[in-house]
Amino acid sequence: MAAMIEIQNLSKRFGPITAVDDVSFSVDRGEVLGFLGPNGAGKSTTMKMLTGFLPPTHGTARVCGHDVFREPLAAKRKLGYLPEGAPLYPDMTPAGFLDFIADIRGYSGAEKRTRIARVVEEVHLPSVLHQPIDTLSKGFKRRVGLAQAILHDPDVLVLDEPTDGLDPNQKHEVRQLIRSMSAKKAIVLSTHILEEVDAVCTRTIIIAKGKVVVDCTPAQLAAKSPHHDAVTLAVGVEQADRVAAGLGEIEGVQQVERMAGDNGLVHFLVLPRTGQQVLRAVGKRAREDGWELDELHAEAGRLDEVFRELTTGAADA
Amino acid sequence: MRNMMVLFRRELSGYFTTPVAYVFIFFFLVLMGGLTFNLANFYERGQADLQPFFNWHPWVYLFFVPAISMRLWAEERRSGTIELLMTLPVTLGQAVLSKFFAGWAFIAIALALTFPMVLTVNHLGDPDNGVIAAGYVGSLLMAGAYLAIGSAVSAITRNQVIAFVVSVAICFLMILAGLPAVSDVVGGFLPHALVQGVASLSFLTHFDAVTKGVIDARDILFYVSVMGCFLVANAIVMAYTKAD
Repeated sequence: MAAMIEIQNLSKRFGPITAVDDVSFSVDRGEVLGFLGPNGAGKSTTMKMLTGFLPPTHGTARVCGHDVFREPLAAKRKLGYLPEGAPLYPDMTPAGFLDFIADIRGYSGAEKRTRIARVVEEVHLPSVLHQPIDTLSKGFKRRVGLAQAILHDPDVLVLDEPTDGLDPNQKHEVRQLIRSMSAKKAIVLSTHILEEVDAVCTRTIIIAKGKVVVDCTPAQLAAKSPHHDAVTLAVGVEQADRVAAGLGEIEGVQQVERMAGDNGLVHFLVLPRTGQQVLRAVGKRAREDGWELDELHAEAGRLDEVFRELTTGAADA
Repeated sequence: MRNMMVLFRRELSGYFTTPVAYVFIFFFLVLMGGLTFNLANFYERGQADLQPFFNWHPWVYLFFVPAISMRLWAEERRSGTIELLMTLPVTLGQAVLSKFFAGWAFIAIALALTFPMVLTVNHLGDPDNGVIAAGYVGSLLMAGAYLAIGSAVSAITRNQVIAFVVSVAICFLMILAGLPAVSDVVGGFLPHALVQGVASLSFLTHFDAVTKGVIDARDILFYVSVMGCFLVANAIVMAYTKAD
């Protein structure tokens, strides 16, 4: 079966500026694709082309097999879209707005009522249903935007910064909602929050200067970090020198960084040589030498480092 | 068709969810009444018709209609809802027509509320109500032409003030074309046929005949063509610049 989202050689030029440069990828049902990149990298432009809002200079975008420019209506029916900043009609109430969306999506009568009731429940809107959207907080506006995007239970969901401006609890709720829907849909979301990629995405694409620089799973992305499989441990300041010496002797250790912590603790970051695992060796040494550890764990890798390296590296090239 | 009904309803009810619609209608009615009764010597003329009332319409519409049309597209652009609207399963043509018809319906409501004029003149004398009805039809057609111009201009900018000023300017030119002041000036150096051509583009020329009770197919065709041309222009502008 063809992928639900297919983007082929998509480019967009604004005058002399190339905003998106030959981007290709596809997304299958069940995938949540995290679209990462610095501001101005072309994330939103790509999403605008995918949803048929912006015509591309080159290339094609297909949603469930429908070319978004040749068969825009067929593609748009399969698509739920939360544009950047969640634009809404400020004078309407969420109830009136969702009613309008349901009408335009072709629902009426009992089905319309149950669909609206369901999304209102899913995004926790009941308390503000009859206030003008203008008067709602940023978090509620974002949820109304999300409700409008999922009302018709679309096969393809495109969310441009769905958690921007939400507080941590709201972010958590939105992520849970996305995860709960992910099995049945192909979802693309853009974000510049790296933890979000870890929390909800099954795959990440990093885009810089309009080009795709990485397309892999979040775990693979983390593995590119120099901190991948690094070990951190904390010991009391009185053992620090002994531990530092001991760590340096362990097989496979590339470098040991020592950082003063609070409460009389000293933190060590043990960086292994590429591809080496040192957690067990560190643990074994600690038992043999009788170190009293206050903390010991392996690092998965720091996404922000990888992100910085990949996106600034591309900028230099 | 269903899509257009849904969009039309949203647009039209949009006018009434804020006080704007009521303020508009209020001032429209006050202005119409004041101009007709005080400035146009409605009573002194001693004639039972609404000529003094209809004569003001081109001038009142000149400011009233662009004030309605200025937000049609400029507001969608400014608030970003254009992206929402254009990614819903509706065509651009449906959106353009729905917005236009909603604005036109709003003007029709305001115009219909001038009915006390008709009652007054019927109370005072024995007017030809056919002529009055023709005047209303002509007035509504002219308002539609103003609205189509305003809608197309609104599509060009995200700034409502610019949309208003430019619409007023274009509509003013369309009125001016038929005034003797203009035809005399251009008549000085242009051949007679061209002078007639310029004058025939005027809203006034086509409106005057209608208010006298003569509904000529050519006048109707004129207004419908103006609406058609500007709405097509509106759609073309949106198609090329909606994402800018």
